[in-house]
Amino acid sequence: MAFTPLFAVCYRLMPPLILLESPAVNLAGVPGVNMSQEYLVEIRDLNFTYDSRPVLTGINMTIPRGKIVAVMGISGCGKTTTLRLIGGQLKPTSGEVRVGGQVVHELDADGLYDLRRRMGMLFQFGALFTDMSVYDNIAFQMREHTDLPEALIHDLVLIKLHAVGLRGAQKLMPAELSGGMARRVALARAIALDPMLMMYDEPFAGLDPISLSIIGELIRKLNDALGASSIVVTHDVQESLKIVDYVYFVSEGKIVAEGTAEEMKNSTVPYVHQFVWGEADGPVPFQYPSRPYGEQLMESAVRRV
Amino acid sequence: MYNSVVRALRGLGQKVTARIWRLGFASRFFLAIVLHSGTSVRRLSLTIREIYFTGVLSLIIILVSGLFVGMVLGLQGYDTLARYGSTEALGVLVSLSLVRELGPVVAALLFASRAGSAITAEIGMMKATEQLSAMEMMAVDPIARVVAPRFWGGVISMPLLAALFSAMGIFGGYLVGVQLIGVDEGSFWSQMQASVDFREDILNGVIKSFVFGIIVSWVAVFEGYDAEPTAEGVSGATTRTVVTSSLAILAADFILTAFMFTGT
Repeated sequence: MAFTPLFAVCYRLMPPLILLESPAVNLAGVPGVNMSQEYLVEIRDLNFTYDSRPVLTGINMTIPRGKIVAVMGISGCGKTTTLRLIGGQLKPTSGEVRVGGQVVHELDADGLYDLRRRMGMLFQFGALFTDMSVYDNIAFQMREHTDLPEALIHDLVLIKLHAVGLRGAQKLMPAELSGGMARRVALARAIALDPMLMMYDEPFAGLDPISLSIIGELIRKLNDALGASSIVVTHDVQESLKIVDYVYFVSEGKIVAEGTAEEMKNSTVPYVHQFVWGEADGPVPFQYPSRPYGEQLMESAVRRV
Repeated sequence: MYNSVVRALRGLGQKVTARIWRLGFASRFFLAIVLHSGTSVRRLSLTIREIYFTGVLSLIIILVSGLFVGMVLGLQGYDTLARYGSTEALGVLVSLSLVRELGPVVAALLFASRAGSAITAEIGMMKATEQLSAMEMMAVDPIARVVAPRFWGGVISMPLLAALFSAMGIFGGYLVGVQLIGVDEGSFWSQMQASVDFREDILNGVIKSFVFGIIVSWVAVFEGYDAEPTAEGVSGATTRTVVTSSLAILAADFILTAFMFTGT
């Protein structure tokens, strides 16, 4: 409810294309958020265990303002858990996550919801509300958190849909969308309230090459247009290295390498090299851990005798 | 031998502890629904939408079942009453059976199968497809926005459906008893009017169906919210909703009947 009037007036005056053409002024002065710091997100000595199994160990990470940072690693290495800790859906076992200077796990329910209103998250398969049309999905947050009149919400939804190239799909239901379209609608929904922080959970998973390239381009353009910071959790190396400013490689819950996209491409760290060049065997073994093959064969031969 | 006994005891202990823990979680969940019910009142359209989905869309099964149950009561009741030469009391038998017992109980069992399972499946699928997580990340509380309206929609629908079930059942009894068999129409209606007490019979029936509505809706939303986020998990949760709420309805019916109808 807090940013209704300015939000409304600004958008009423904007031509629809402005979202992709100029950096937006966003959310400076929102209570509780310190915009003066260099880093929007700071993760310090973060540990997280699930059922006494360590998922993340000693994670230190920073997300500078206006930049796109990728968190890469194989499935199950703790990338999505990192996003959930930043969004306050999980609490760290020890250490802290700061967003805009606020320690996320120390916030009460109202504080956490205030913070989340300034975050956008794209889920792996979109997580669109299946009982609502594309239009209503994007209007959802505006209706929930603002007092904007319906006419204005209509204009805003069109702006968001235009930004992702799906203005013509506003009346479709999620079941009528292709995977790539659903991801773009979810992206439009995530930027509905112009977030200061965008989080992408496997945005490229399961997309055809054209959709993949569109989503990659949109992540970059929207980040720059919104003046936001973005975290992209992915294992799609080629597409993500084209658009990100900095990369963290995570393996077994620890950061094993970090640097710019170019540094990662030329890295000699065995894990990074295997990952970037898609080698079948290396530090991440091809075989699932098991007893020696010969021993198992001998054992079954003896049993047959 | 010793080890297997210890293992069995440990397994039993774990199962009991897990059940108690789950019951505690369900109770806290119920409290959370009540505390987060403001949205369901402030934005009445959300609750009305759920009344449509759980109540209006259950009408066909409720009305048709009510009609047949009433017709069977008419036949069976006539057969029994004819032995004692009091067939004119058929209207009383049909109406009291329906209003006091069969209406609330059978309507609740049908409601659990039709609407309860649908609520569980819907919330479970929303969880499995991360829609609830997405809502949380948009700073919208899923208990207030998704769970509470469905819960109250069910609670409000249930007494209305039970009343319609009873009305349809009485009509079924009338069709069979009066139109088909030839029981005197005047006796059928006048004895019913004279014997059915508003507070003792109808109001108690309404209270029963209200309690059943709370039970079915609570079980349905809880099972959906607590479902494993997989296809198998949602299917298991849907089955549990029907089984648990049906057993709970029958148990609660016995307890309520013991308190309400003292036989005076």
